Amino acid sequence: MTDVLHPSLLLFLGAAVLPLLRGRAQQAWMLLLPAAVIAAVFSMPHGTAGALTLFGMDLVILRADALSLVFAYVFAIITLVGALYALHVKDTTQHVAALAYAGSALGVVFAGDLVTLYVFWELMVFSSVWLIWCRRNPVSMAAGFRYLLVHALGGVVLLGGVILHVLDTGSIAFEAFSADSAGFYLILIGFMVNAAVPPLHAWLADAYPEATVTGAIFLSALTTKTAVYTLMRGFPGTELLVVLGVIMALYGVTYAILANDIRRLLAYHIISQVGYMVAGVGMGSIMALNGSAAHAFTHILYKALLFMGAGAVIHMTGRAKVTELGGIYRYMPITFLLYMIGGLSISAFPPLSGFVSKTMVVEAAALDQRAWVWLLLSLASAGTFLSAGLKLPWFTFFGKDSGLRPDEAPWNMLLAMGIAAFLCIFIGIFPGSLYAIMPAPVEFNAYSTGHILWELQLLLFAGVGFFLLVDRLGGVKKISLDTDWLYRWLLPRIANGAQRLVDYVWQGLLGALMNRLRWLVTTVNRHHGPQGILARTWPTGSMVLWVAVMLAASLLVYYL
Amino acid sequence: MDVGKWLEYLVDHARILRWIAYVLLASLVVADLLIPSTYDRFPWESWGGFGALYGLFSCVLLILVAKGLGYLLLYRGEDFYDD
Repeated sequence: MTDVLHPSLLLFLGAAVLPLLRGRAQQAWMLLLPAAVIAAVFSMPHGTAGALTLFGMDLVILRADALSLVFAYVFAIITLVGALYALHVKDTTQHVAALAYAGSALGVVFAGDLVTLYVFWELMVFSSVWLIWCRRNPVSMAAGFRYLLVHALGGVVLLGGVILHVLDTGSIAFEAFSADSAGFYLILIGFMVNAAVPPLHAWLADAYPEATVTGAIFLSALTTKTAVYTLMRGFPGTELLVVLGVIMALYGVTYAILANDIRRLLAYHIISQVGYMVAGVGMGSIMALNGSAAHAFTHILYKALLFMGAGAVIHMTGRAKVTELGGIYRYMPITFLLYMIGGLSISAFPPLSGFVSKTMVVEAAALDQRAWVWLLLSLASAGTFLSAGLKLPWFTFFGKDSGLRPDEAPWNMLLAMGIAAFLCIFIGIFPGSLYAIMPAPVEFNAYSTGHILWELQLLLFAGVGFFLLVDRLGGVKKISLDTDWLYRWLLPRIANGAQRLVDYVWQGLLGALMNRLRWLVTTVNRHHGPQGILARTWPTGSMVLWVAVMLAASLLVYYL
Repeated sequence: MDVGKWLEYLVDHARILRWIAYVLLASLVVADLLIPSTYDRFPWESWGGFGALYGLFSCVLLILVAKGLGYLLLYRGEDFYDD
C-alpha cells in the first residue's frame, strides 16, 4: 500500500487552506474536509506506507492495522461532528487549530515508529492549546499555559524514554515494550500524562472547562484516547495499569460529585471512563483489550455528546455553574433530551452504547476472577450515573428555576448532537457493528439476562440514592483542590520563599560588606580626612622648634 | 410537536411517574429473585437483588466520601488561586 493519502496530511493541508476562505465557502470546507478524512480512513487497507530512512532511522509514517483503525475511525467521525458543532463560530484560528489537532491525533494512531509518534504527539499539544486560549480571557490564558507546561514536561519524559529505549534495543519500531527495557517506565509515564492517570491528571480538569465551547469537543475526544491507544499498543498486560485504572475510575467520580462547573464535572468523568480503558489494558486479556478499544470508541461519541450538551447550555445562557443554572428544560428541551442520551450512554444503560462496551471491561475482570476490580468498577458505574446522568441534568435543566429564559441552541449544534446521539443508540442496539471492527474477534453478548438485570438494578437503585440525598447534592460555590495545587499554589510559594531567602541572604552579605567598607571609609577619613590627624597643617613655630631640637641633638652628638 | 410542552406535561404528572418508577424498581428486584442466575464467577452473582443493594450502597457511599472529603479537605473559595 504505497499510494495511500495520509489522513493527517489531508487535514494539515486542508487546515492551511481554511484561512483563505470566507463565509459559506469556509463553512463548506470545514465540513468537506472531515468528510474526506472519513472516506480516506474508512477505505484504508491494512498495511504500512510512508517508510523512509532519515538520519539512519527507519521511519514508518503510516501503519494501519485493526488496532490503529478502531481509533482512526472514531477520530474521523468526531472531527466531522465537532466541525459541524462549531460551524457558526467565526474564529478561523480555532477552526485551523481543531483540524490540525485532529490531524496530529490521527498521526499518533497511525505512527509505526516512536520518532513519528513523538513528532505528532508534540504537534497535538501545540495545536490543541489554541482551543483553550481562543476563549480569550485571562483564566483561559493561564489555564492554557499550565496545560502547555504539563504536556511539555510529559513530552520531555516521553522523549527521554524513547532515547533510552532506542539506545537499549537499537530499534525505533513502536511495538509492545518489554519491562526490562531501559525506557519502559519513562515512556509509560509520558503516555500516562496524556491519559490523565492520577496524580498526573490535573491538567485535564484544569484546562478543559476553560476551553472554548466548541474546542472542548475535540479536546474531550482526542488527547486521552490517543494515550489509551498508545498504552494498548505499548503496555498491554502491565499489571500496574489495572490498579491505576481502578483508582482513576473512582477518583473521577468522586471529584465529579464535588464539581460545580458543569464541564469540570464532565472532565472528571473523562478521567473516570478512561480508568476503565486503562484497567482493561492492564488486564491484557483479549476480552479486556477489546473492551478497552470498544469503550474508547463509544466513549468518544457519548462524551462529545455530553460536552456538546453542556456547551450548548453555556453558549445560550453564558453560565457554566450548577449553582447558577436550573429550570431551563422548557426552553432547551431538545438539548436536554439529546444530553440525556449521552448521560444514559455513559452510565451504561441498556440499550445504549456505553452498556455494550463498559460491560466488556467489567466482564474481563470477572473472567480473570478479579473480584475487587469488578466490585470497584461497578461502584464507579453507579457514581457515573449519579453525576453525569442525574446531578448535572437535574440541577441544570430542572431543580430551582434560575430565571434564565434561553432560546434553543442553533441548528448546527443540535444536528451535531443528534448525529452523536444517533450513533450512541445505533451502537447500543447493534453492538455487532462495533464488535466487528475490534482488534480481535469478539465473543461476548452484552444482552444476557444476567447483565441486563445486574446493570439495571445497580443504576436504578443508585438513582434511588440520588433522590434520597438530592438536597445535599446541589452545587456548592467552591472549587476542589486537586494535584494541580502543587504547581498552582505550593510551587509558586516555594519559589517565592526561595526568592525571599536568596534576597535576605544577599541583602545580609551586601550589608556586611557595606559595613566593612563604611568602617574603612570612616577610619581613612579619621586619619586622612579634613579633621584627620595626618591631614592637619602644622604651624611653622612648631617646625622651628623641632629644627632647633634636632640641631641641638646633633650638636650634642658631635660634642660627645 | 412542541417538545418543551410535552416535557412540561410529564413534569406536571411527576406523581404518576414516581409510582411507575416504584413499580419498576420492585419488579426488577422480584425478577432478579425469581430468574435463576446465569453467572457464578463470584458468589454474589447468584444472590437475587444484590445489584439493587450494591447500587444503593455505592451511591450513598460515594456521596458521603466525596462530600466528606470536600468539606474536610478539598473545598476552597472560588478565588483561592487568584492572587
